[in-house]
Amino acid sequence: MTIQLLLVAVAAIAASGLAALAFTQRPRLGQRLATTLFCAGAVAGLAAAVLALAAPEPPALALPWQVPGGAFTLRLDPLSAFFLLPVFLVPALGSIYGLGYYPQDALGARSVRLQLFYGLVTGAMALVVTAANAVLFLVAWEVMALAGFFLIQTDHEKREVRAAAFVYLAATHLGTLALIALFSILGSAAGSLEFARMQGLPATAPWAGWAFALLLLGFGLKAGIMPLHFWLPGAHASGPSHVSALMSGVLIKMGVYGILRASSFFDAPPASWGFVVLALGAVSGALGVAFALAQHDLKRLLAYCSVENVGIITMGVGLALLGRARGEPVLAALGLAGALLHVLNHAVFKSLLFFGAGSIQHATGTRALDQLGGLGKAMRATSLLFLVGAVAISGLPPLNGFASEWMISLASLQVLRMPAGDPMILAVLTAPALGLLGGLAAACFVKVHGIAFLGSPRSERVSHAHESPRTMLVPMAALAAICGAVGLGSPLLLPTLARAAQSWTHLPVDALAAPDGMAAHSTLRISLVAAGLLVLVALLVLWRRWAGKPARRSETWSCGYSAPTARMQYTGSSLSTSLVELFSFAVFSRLERLRPRGPFPRRAVLRTTVPETVLDLIILPAVNRCTGVAARLRALYRGYVRVQVLLVLATLVVLLALRFLIG
Amino acid sequence: MILRTSLQLAIFLLLPPLLLGVINRVKAIFAGRRGLPLLQLYFDLWKLLRKGTVISRTTSWVFRAGPVVGLAAVLCAGLLLSTAGQPAVVAFQGDFVLFAGLLALGRFFTALAALDTGSAFEGMGAAREVTFASLAEPALFVCLVVIARAGGGGGLDPFSLSSMLGPALPGAWDQAGSAIVLVVIALFGVALAENARIPVDDPNTHLELTMIHEVMVLDHSGPDLAFIEYGAALKLFLFGALLSRLAFAFAVPSFLAQETIFLGGVLLFAVLVGLVESLMARLRMHRVPQLLVGASVLSLFALVLELR
Amino acid sequence: MHLTPTTASRWADLAFILVVVIDFYCLGSARLNAAIRAVAAQGVLLSGLAILFAEPDQPIGHVIALPLIALLVKGVAIPRLLFRAMREAGPRQEDRPVVGFVPSLLLGAIGVALAFAFARSLPLPSPERHGSLVPTALATAWTGLLLVISRTKASTQVLGFLVFENGVFLIGLLLSGVMPLMVEAGLLLDLVAAVFVMGIVMFHINREFSSIDTEKLTALKD
Repeated sequence: MTIQLLLVAVAAIAASGLAALAFTQRPRLGQRLATTLFCAGAVAGLAAAVLALAAPEPPALALPWQVPGGAFTLRLDPLSAFFLLPVFLVPALGSIYGLGYYPQDALGARSVRLQLFYGLVTGAMALVVTAANAVLFLVAWEVMALAGFFLIQTDHEKREVRAAAFVYLAATHLGTLALIALFSILGSAAGSLEFARMQGLPATAPWAGWAFALLLLGFGLKAGIMPLHFWLPGAHASGPSHVSALMSGVLIKMGVYGILRASSFFDAPPASWGFVVLALGAVSGALGVAFALAQHDLKRLLAYCSVENVGIITMGVGLALLGRARGEPVLAALGLAGALLHVLNHAVFKSLLFFGAGSIQHATGTRALDQLGGLGKAMRATSLLFLVGAVAISGLPPLNGFASEWMISLASLQVLRMPAGDPMILAVLTAPALGLLGGLAAACFVKVHGIAFLGSPRSERVSHAHESPRTMLVPMAALAAICGAVGLGSPLLLPTLARAAQSWTHLPVDALAAPDGMAAHSTLRISLVAAGLLVLVALLVLWRRWAGKPARRSETWSCGYSAPTARMQYTGSSLSTSLVELFSFAVFSRLERLRPRGPFPRRAVLRTTVPETVLDLIILPAVNRCTGVAARLRALYRGYVRVQVLLVLATLVVLLALRFLIG
Repeated sequence: MILRTSLQLAIFLLLPPLLLGVINRVKAIFAGRRGLPLLQLYFDLWKLLRKGTVISRTTSWVFRAGPVVGLAAVLCAGLLLSTAGQPAVVAFQGDFVLFAGLLALGRFFTALAALDTGSAFEGMGAAREVTFASLAEPALFVCLVVIARAGGGGGLDPFSLSSMLGPALPGAWDQAGSAIVLVVIALFGVALAENARIPVDDPNTHLELTMIHEVMVLDHSGPDLAFIEYGAALKLFLFGALLSRLAFAFAVPSFLAQETIFLGGVLLFAVLVGLVESLMARLRMHRVPQLLVGASVLSLFALVLELR
Repeated sequence: MHLTPTTASRWADLAFILVVVIDFYCLGSARLNAAIRAVAAQGVLLSGLAILFAEPDQPIGHVIALPLIALLVKGVAIPRLLFRAMREAGPRQEDRPVVGFVPSLLLGAIGVALAFAFARSLPLPSPERHGSLVPTALATAWTGLLLVISRTKASTQVLGFLVFENGVFLIGLLLSGVMPLMVEAGLLLDLVAAVFVMGIVMFHINREFSSIDTEKLTALKD
């Protein structure tokens, strides 16, 4: 029953774009029909996920398939069901957002294409998360990647959009190659390509290290773990905002799901795997937010913040792997629960922030942070909702970002019980690392919200901003409400998290799930303090209104400076410059400067650009050099048909010789 | 039990402005002046609460929300801190993360309110504040992790502030005394940074270009300014309470004696801050990150000492 | 000595921690005069440690004499020489590391952490006097080398060499039960010779370039 519900949901969502296609003559009806179909499918899918989370046995389905080695096997264990929650929630809200942001009656065929691929990518993601056969998994993965490619280059006339989409395509295919290799190894070790038969593989086998490396490469490319994140900023900044919300919020989490699923096949992963994943997560987090601080483009900044949050999720996964390596149930359960909760939380608040960025772009026509300002007066609702997202992503109480980061910190504290001399104690440094990341993220989002919505407008076009239509505000409000609900209601999510954690760790999770256990006790108190905070704020505001005198309005005083202009305000780069300098070993900021001259200077320019280090400074120059060498080699034999045939023959002979020698 | 908790809460709410009075009196003595009355901040707060407010037209509701959220956050953080070795009002595993998070929330809204005024000076203050705060956070966390390892693993709520600063602390001193000394020194540096005292920031300067915290609140007036000043005093008390309990962790049976030692420690902390303010000059801005990284490195060394 | 073992061990513990804190201070400090005083204090601390770790069966003269000479050389004579060199060099000097203070501090911290983590696995000839002696020695040697490599002014490089020598001196304390006189006298002679040579070099650099910036030496190459 649950599986059928899921299949209906997937079919409805994947086909929803066809409704828009069918009604190109009546675009408004077509888009509304498509959105309604999408949301109905999403509701069905969420219901299936909730049922699966509560079911005692994971619902499963197995159908034969002509593809060799493949079978249409689906399995909804609690881990998959948990991942289905953001998969259905965020794209549904995105399609509602698209009604106002990318309307079919204004944009025509482009909007139809977008809706087609939007439905397709969501359906593919749902299949990726529930597939229990390697071939089905890879097919769904490829469909998801290709649909993502088409979504990114919706505005394909722009050169940078095409370039970003191509880099994304190259990266995702590199990842898919690694995954094909991975599943070949796992399949040959287990004797079958069914996930159910791949359980209990030995982690001490000689091929296990290779499998782990391929796992990290393939799924890390999708998740955006440093240094495999190079495609992310361009891709997430290029598409329309609700596409970026889907990609940042949900698509990259498929990489996290893959890491979790593939590592669950191994019996007792060694501690070194956990440390590698933990270290990668910490590096991703710190450098991700450092790059974000250096950006001027609002959507690129949000994309880099996704890299940071994937780093936080990866740290939780690393702690969970360490817990499994040592058989420490509390460490593993808390680490995984924190990571899973952050997957959900990040999907919610990152989509909220991207929707806000889309609203800004819709209202002002620009994404450049240093041209915005004072939008909070014209766009009150967007400003408030964006602020909720900003507080959530900075990991501040009382919202949901704090709950998941706290859980991961709590996991890392568990290693303090180990005896002295145990290298595992180093994992406790995760808590200070999360503190650093939280501080840097708060700095980043003070910058974003403060520069965009507060102060005075920094350019002309921004002074005429207008509030977004209701179809764009309602999804944002829903997401903001979820941020608050998860933040205040985290004790209620504990049983769900415990079930999902148990299906991965196979260790007892009483500390997490028990109603009087440690986690329930702590999260209840967090909610109490958070509620107390809100009550105190309300009391202080009421008291100030009742007991205080009415306020007078005047100019900004700022110590008596009598003629402030909007251009004297701090810009985004001024806010973040000292922090970015601290990371100058990885963030290479380039400065173009035209200094003011003479006693009455007329023109002065200062511009900073930050290239994406891995892409622009390592990969692209290397690729250019390789293509240069290849071009020179090709020039040697171009035009000589005999030489080309000789090369083909020589390759054939070498391969045959290798085959017979190694055999 | 209820009586003790109410006494702690009363001290938390009423004592902090006196600390600022002590600091100013120490500075005045060093400068050869008579100085302000010790209770000056109480009078100032009372005066500010009854004054009217002037609000800039450039600002929005965020500007008015800043002081309120800042004060509410510090008050909630006070509920989590264990003073004088007594359990805090709210205690649970990992509550020091919530403690740091609440202080960060207050800072977030203060910085936003500063950016809301559309003034270059306040933006400058916000930029410096968020930079130094991000570097102070890891130092604070490493110090607390060292204390958690030293004595916080037992009791009703392991790894909570109440168990770290509770009855297990005197025993922890015997085992890891040198580590705790280093942590106290590092935490003193972090306290100076978080509370905008010299050598990180000068609360008495009148040059906007050299301010950090003072410049963020230039445009607040009336009750808003009262909330900000009171919140700053509360935050200073929180750090003083933490340091006092860490430095003077004696296993005294009587509650009254413990309370007296604790209050003595907090006043000594205020005197020390006044001494540092009188004897040192403010660091140049680009040296402050080095000070904070130095504090982190000291606390990391303390962790290494504890783990060998 | 008349101190009980645990009290002696506690004092030694405190001394080792102070030695490492002085290392960090040198890494993070830009002011040369303050750094010279810190290294002098480190030398005094180490002389005290030499007395503390003396074997009870040695004649009292040896126990007191060498550490006293070390204290005079490291705590008084060499700092005096360096202060005079600083006065010759001109107004108050500041020195920045090539990599920056924050990476310098972090590298030092990593070195200390690694020293404490791996000291136990090193094969050493004599039984350990104190658990923290070898890690502190390694950390101090690492700090000294870091100072020599990452600083540009000649006087900081001399200070780095001094710190490195302090680390080696600490290791020498391990062997002082076996070859007391030779090791300590040899170390001191080495130290005096090196500082003497460096002092002459600094004098000449200053005379040529009116500065003690070693980067200026590259002007000598053709």
